[in-house]
Amino acid sequence: MAKITIPLGPQHPALKEPENFMLVLDGEQICDATVNLGYNHRGVEKAAENRNYIQDIYLIERVCGICSHSHVSCYIGCVEEIAKAQVPDRAKAIRTLIAELERVHSHLLWLGVAAYEMGFETMFMYTWRDREQVLDCLEMITGNRVHYGINTIGGVRRDINAEQAKEVLSKIAFLEERTKYYVKLATEEPTILARTQNVGKLPNKVALERNAVGPTARASGVKMDIRKDEPYFIYDKLDFELITYHSEDVFGRVVVRVLELVESYKIIRQVLSALPEGPIAVKVPWKIPQGEAVFRYEAPRGEDIHYVKSNGTEIPERVKVRAPTLSNFQSIPYMLKGDYLADVPITIAAIDPCMSCTDRAVVYDAKKGKTQVFDWEELRKYSIEFYKKKGVNFSGK
Amino acid sequence: MEILAALIYITVFPGFLFLASYGTALQWADRKISAVMQNRVGPPWYQTLADFIKLASKEIVVPDGADIALFKALPYVAVASVSTAVLFLPVFGAPVYSFQGDLIAVIYLLTIPTATFFLAGWSSTSPYASVGSIRVMTQLFGYEVPLLLALVGPAILAGSWSVAEISAYFSANPKMIFFQIIGFAVSLLALQGKLERVPFDSPHAKNEIVGGQFTEYSGMLLALFNLSIDMEMVVGAALISAVFLGGTWQYSSFAAFAVFMVKTFAVVFLLTAIKAAMARVRIDQMVNFCWKYLAPLSMLQIIIDLYIKYGVK
Repeated sequence: MAKITIPLGPQHPALKEPENFMLVLDGEQICDATVNLGYNHRGVEKAAENRNYIQDIYLIERVCGICSHSHVSCYIGCVEEIAKAQVPDRAKAIRTLIAELERVHSHLLWLGVAAYEMGFETMFMYTWRDREQVLDCLEMITGNRVHYGINTIGGVRRDINAEQAKEVLSKIAFLEERTKYYVKLATEEPTILARTQNVGKLPNKVALERNAVGPTARASGVKMDIRKDEPYFIYDKLDFELITYHSEDVFGRVVVRVLELVESYKIIRQVLSALPEGPIAVKVPWKIPQGEAVFRYEAPRGEDIHYVKSNGTEIPERVKVRAPTLSNFQSIPYMLKGDYLADVPITIAAIDPCMSCTDRAVVYDAKKGKTQVFDWEELRKYSIEFYKKKGVNFSGK
Repeated sequence: MEILAALIYITVFPGFLFLASYGTALQWADRKISAVMQNRVGPPWYQTLADFIKLASKEIVVPDGADIALFKALPYVAVASVSTAVLFLPVFGAPVYSFQGDLIAVIYLLTIPTATFFLAGWSSTSPYASVGSIRVMTQLFGYEVPLLLALVGPAILAGSWSVAEISAYFSANPKMIFFQIIGFAVSLLALQGKLERVPFDSPHAKNEIVGGQFTEYSGMLLALFNLSIDMEMVVGAALISAVFLGGTWQYSSFAAFAVFMVKTFAVVFLLTAIKAAMARVRIDQMVNFCWKYLAPLSMLQIIIDLYIKYGVK
């Protein structure tokens, strides 16, 4: 049979955000796959250079709708390091609490998406219903369900009281029961096993070569977790396991995530039982002294890296975001090769991709086969010309 | 006159009109029940009707390169063959027509819609539809043999190839129904494959190949294809209830009709439960499952029936 090329995306029911995967098929089997980024570039890094440090908190928070706390904590970590701010212990504990609640919410969401990509709609509905509990916790503590806005440079903006802590604990107890059920379901239900075992293989060696991070790497037996390797917040004082699995396939990624849920519940209990007393924030001046810093953070999807360079004013010179998905995308073509077309949605979903967090854009001239870098002025000129041709004038003249 | 009567049977009762309305109602029941099982609210009772009207009012787009006549005729063929199949099944008392071998005729008539699904995808000339139609055909080879073998067991026991006589046999010997559980389960799963429902819905798995074989269909044509699947669900459930559960218990008129409704609804409820409890399997896994488990199990059913018929004195 002749080989056919099928485009998966940028608009496709399996993808929640626009991204393109070109699949070369031999019957149902995939011979080759390419990932094409760039459908959802928002220019967040450039925008961050035009705002002050406080405004950037809210901009960076909107890099991702699911790991918003991760990105903003990572950015603030850089700024606090440059400013040499001494963050109070209570603020660190609250940040850890929100981070783990966010991990619970992200992993439950992922479990639902994975079930949906396997065609298991019942499990999708169940996990998303239970996820509401943790969203309620987040709303109660921070006032928001998605973009929490709790972080600020030098600490956190809201304190947590004893009643809230009690409420969180009771919801966590409920979720723990439900998670036990999901562990049982994910590891015993025959159709789930059929769809996940030996699908999207990523051997340990390849995972290291291709720089996989987070649960994707841990499911291939790579022992990496920034919370253990380079503890931030109060993770060095907490007792939790680093979950790895050896099956190197989608099944392993499911197992790692559901077991991480259990670890997160453990962490939340520990944080709430030993919440240090004291202030929740210190004052940090608007102008951050000259310097640069890199912060590594274990987001629910893997290692998140931010780099901030300061020039002594209240506006950062450079903010760089490396979302975990960018790292994990390198493994996708390898995982897809040799699998069936039916496995594509679940294999892509198994890295828990966040397309718009990771998106980058470059101008590529297909005729000359050349890439080109635009600076700000050129890009502005280009866009004005582009829209002028269509009859819209944005130049203001 | 006889032709006119036959036409009324096919178009009004128990044919098209009845099947379409009952099929639509069952589709709603299926959606509502699975919604409750999944902890959702589910659609209101008129949702399926509204879906049909909305689709029917939309524009029909025929892709370039498709055979227009074939593309447009296929949904009607699917609906017509399903409407004909029901004439051999007990609905309002005894079947409208009955002859030795009508069991095979029903299976044959129920295969025609699947063939039209394949042709629909193949004639659409789009990659998603082509992949979908290949899956339709592959799946057909998976479930068709176990389904037929499962239906052979009761036929052997009753000593007849006529659906009416098989259901008469089970009405006379109700305890024999309990020995048909294996065949019943096999035929339920095979029917799930025929109706392309979870776990065997890979021909139109939306996360993989968008709309599958129906990707290029729109408007009234798509509405008719959807309707034909709903009607096929009724006919399939009626076939299973006639062959395995004694059909309408030899009642006539409204009592028979009530029994028919209860039994088909019960079968659809089981199909819904299967749908809600599983994930979608891959097409190769589906074929494997059918040949490794379903086919041998239906053979076992035949052996049990042969033993009951000739071994037990």
